[in-house]
Amino acid sequence: METIFALASAAGKAGVSVVRVSGPDAWDVVERLAGTVPRPRIASVRRLVAPNGDFLDEALVLVFAEGASFTGERVAEFQIHGSIAVVQALLQALGEMDGLRSAEPGEFTRRALENERLDLSQVEALADLIEAETEQQRRQALRILSGALGMRVGVWRDQIVQAVSLLEATIDFADEDVPVDVSGDVRALLDAVCSEIESELRGMASAERVRLGFEVAIVGPPNAGKSTLLNYLAGREAAITSDVAGTTRDVIEVRMEIGGLAVTLLDTAGLRNSEDQVERIGVARARERASAADLRVHLVPAGEAPLLDQIPGDIVLTAKGDLSGNGVSGLTGQGVPELLDMIEARLSGIVQGAGLVSRERHRIALGEGLMHLKQAKKLLDDGLDVYDIASEEIRIALRALERLIGYVDVEHVLDRIFSSFCIGK
Amino acid sequence: MKHRSFDVVIVGGGHAGTEAAAASARMGARTALVTLRLTDLGVMSCNPAIGGLGKGHLVREIDAMDGVMARIADAAGIQFRLLNRRKGPAVQGPRAQADRKIYARAMQNEIAATPNLTVLEGEVVDFVLESGAVRGVVLADKSQISARSVVLTSGTFLRGVIHIGDKKHAGGRMGDRPSVRLADRIREMNLPIGRLKTGTPPRLDGRTIDWTGLDMQPGDEDPVMFSFLSERPEVRQVSCGITHTTEKTHEIIRSNLARSAMYGGHIDGVGPRYCPSIEDKIVRFADKLSHQVFLEPEGLDDPTIYPNGISTSLPEEIQEAYVRSIPGLEAVKIMQPGYAIEYDYVDPRALDGTLALRDVTGLYLAGQINGTTGYEEAAAQGLVAGLNAASTALDREPVRFSRTDSYIGVMLDDLTTRGVSEPYRMFTSRAEFRLSLRADNADQRLTPLAIALGTVSPSRRDHFENKVSALNKGRDRLEETQFSPTEVQKAGVAVNLDGTRRTAFQLLSFKDVTFDTICKLDPTLAEIDEKSASQLEREALYANYIDRQARDVETLKRDEAVRIPVGFDFDALPGLSNELKSKLNRARPESISQAGRIDGMTPAALTLILAKIRQFSRKDVG
Repeated sequence: METIFALASAAGKAGVSVVRVSGPDAWDVVERLAGTVPRPRIASVRRLVAPNGDFLDEALVLVFAEGASFTGERVAEFQIHGSIAVVQALLQALGEMDGLRSAEPGEFTRRALENERLDLSQVEALADLIEAETEQQRRQALRILSGALGMRVGVWRDQIVQAVSLLEATIDFADEDVPVDVSGDVRALLDAVCSEIESELRGMASAERVRLGFEVAIVGPPNAGKSTLLNYLAGREAAITSDVAGTTRDVIEVRMEIGGLAVTLLDTAGLRNSEDQVERIGVARARERASAADLRVHLVPAGEAPLLDQIPGDIVLTAKGDLSGNGVSGLTGQGVPELLDMIEARLSGIVQGAGLVSRERHRIALGEGLMHLKQAKKLLDDGLDVYDIASEEIRIALRALERLIGYVDVEHVLDRIFSSFCIGK
Repeated sequence: MKHRSFDVVIVGGGHAGTEAAAASARMGARTALVTLRLTDLGVMSCNPAIGGLGKGHLVREIDAMDGVMARIADAAGIQFRLLNRRKGPAVQGPRAQADRKIYARAMQNEIAATPNLTVLEGEVVDFVLESGAVRGVVLADKSQISARSVVLTSGTFLRGVIHIGDKKHAGGRMGDRPSVRLADRIREMNLPIGRLKTGTPPRLDGRTIDWTGLDMQPGDEDPVMFSFLSERPEVRQVSCGITHTTEKTHEIIRSNLARSAMYGGHIDGVGPRYCPSIEDKIVRFADKLSHQVFLEPEGLDDPTIYPNGISTSLPEEIQEAYVRSIPGLEAVKIMQPGYAIEYDYVDPRALDGTLALRDVTGLYLAGQINGTTGYEEAAAQGLVAGLNAASTALDREPVRFSRTDSYIGVMLDDLTTRGVSEPYRMFTSRAEFRLSLRADNADQRLTPLAIALGTVSPSRRDHFENKVSALNKGRDRLEETQFSPTEVQKAGVAVNLDGTRRTAFQLLSFKDVTFDTICKLDPTLAEIDEKSASQLEREALYANYIDRQARDVETLKRDEAVRIPVGFDFDALPGLSNELKSKLNRARPESISQAGRIDGMTPAALTLILAKIRQFSRKDVG
């Protein structure tokens, strides 16, 4: 029986978040993270340290014995500070432990059922809950599979099915007119998928974002009041301000918290064509950092258009609101509360849209899939006599990737074989 | 009117019927096998070969249950080849060409010598029905045979239609009548019925083939037998010839496509994609200029040659023209033309995992009638239906096979939960636990079950127990014997000098480490007998993967253990989408595991079903 874990309280920022672990290894997990296991049912404060040595949080730890818990199995609950970053870090640490995996929707309840820990009325009340979970799952799947990622996933699926069908054709139809050595073709297909997954994993760094913080860049023409606004938000003179256009040359960073999220504000050089070599470098850097940032605040002098292309979700405000009467001003603070609200709304939109927990699950799934595809490639070098094991590695990878690419049936593989090769001696 | 009484009646004496009859008799049930003619027992109506990839696994599993097919095939084998010999042992499949006459004779002798088993000649035209339950059969002469359960293995005989070009006639096999009345009765039972087709090539007279210049394919030098009890072939071994189609062959076929039964629009049934007719091959793979043709002898003293790879439903004269465009066959005489046959099958989703019809008490179906193809698939189903028909008759527990323990289990589960869209054939890729379900360990997987059922002969039991005890002793030796990394390196094996001592068994799982390598490290290990040593080598090869699969196996077994009660009302489940409800109603899963494999099923919906089952079973008790 596997040990499973999940965030048991609602996702997002809260006073306290509860992460629940259930299964035979639940107490071992406590020992590994907290050093010692508290007595059952006695809430105890523990310092949680990830296996890699990172301090995670000071938490209230509660364990339940087998037969005396919600699921009927050994259970551990971590009550941690309800910051998205802390929750994320703990889930990631759990996900990296051997023998642990994140729970499927409804899985805790299912285990409770299997161990006869729910009474009849509770069982009847399940239906509504299940419906909600199913709906949530459906929406989640749709969100992940719509758009660009969906298309990429479709391509992977095709390539993996093609790779495995080549191997299976040589195995199941060895006495037919099929190629004997397909290592080259299979390797090429797997290479393509592996490098795509690797780049997808790099792109999934948004999970890191939550922990390390978002970047919000303030951009606009010289002398629009960007540094003044930054200083106002930071509550200190972080950037030098003057009436001379082009005062800010380098990118200035200020870390702060907006709506519970860690945010790094970037003050950037004013955008203009300059003869000054140092200023030109500053402008280039400003463009680069601004486009990589999670969100841009465009300060635009009244009557002008933004200089940088807007990315959907960007905030555009009239510069020097103290002069024009509307917009934002770092001098008087006019419009700043509204700006903060807008930033919070946009960033939490990003957090929710990505689906914190599910994204972590997908990252784990992709990582696992990638590992086995690479293992399969390595086995191909050993020749025909390990095609069965290479194929097994691809199957294991497929199982890991099924959350993203959907169930791959042996019929898909057979379809491919029969359409590619003339089988039937 | 004559009236006889048995525990179990088997209808049909093909590969499913003979295996079912023998299995039922081994269970101790008084069994009758009804066949049109005694000489029909053990007839191979298609190609004269047994085994192959996936199929060889099935034959080994039948043998592990002390069934008959493997031993008969060993007795009749005239060319043994282990397919995939160069690949891993998990995907190796034993195969043999069989002498048609020896096979049938050996099968007839085997059946005649089986205790508890009576063979009756006659045509079954109806069932004896008692308040909807099948309680026996009625023969054409109006005599009745009563029984507590009946296994129907009617192959392609239900509304069979044979096509040669644009000519067609009713028939179950070339030269035999179809079973029309029985088919009508089955239609009346309101079972879901579909139509499939299959084809055969023309049979050639080997005396008119010019063998000079043709490639010959001999059997293996050290033949691998089907049965765990067989040592070596019993009759003379021969080679098969190999030739190929030419551009002229393709031209002849292309210009006569309209006259093919299949392409002329005479056939509605769906044929198998892995066994296409030569017409199909030429149309679908138009860029392929030549196809291989295997010339398989049908017997030692029989000139008939089965040309594997050119099944057809073209008119006779076209068959002759295209066959003669093939090298070596320029002057060949056709002994029997190729034909396509269409037949009825019952959607196997109407069956449960014991091959009993869910809605007709007392009736079991096995073989081609369930939409499968192949002797081995048929025999394996016969085994299951025979064991279970006997269990029912004797008030014993049903005998179940799982995807985790056998290819038989994989096939039963595929058939009964997913149905078929073309004649179902076994492939190794269908088995998700392929690395542990090997032909070499079929006995280790299944013989204990057969022993528990009391269906094995004393000699098999002794043989098996000796093998397992030698194997366990050998395994223990390998687990006990440890080596330091330095010792291992001295023996020429690349290993990390990490101070970890490794057992001989762990070392065996290394690439390039063989039993000989281990013996170099510790010469006393050579005491392990050769057979055990090679078996342990195979186990070690996959050890890492099998450990990993063990968890999946455990999950699957747990889910299989949660059985969904018959008559469970999926419609009464709140929170399930209508789409899922209708899928569940169609598939009628028998366990949570089967429900989980239904397309579109979610973990949440499974939990809901599970919750209701718990509720259901509590109400039962209370």
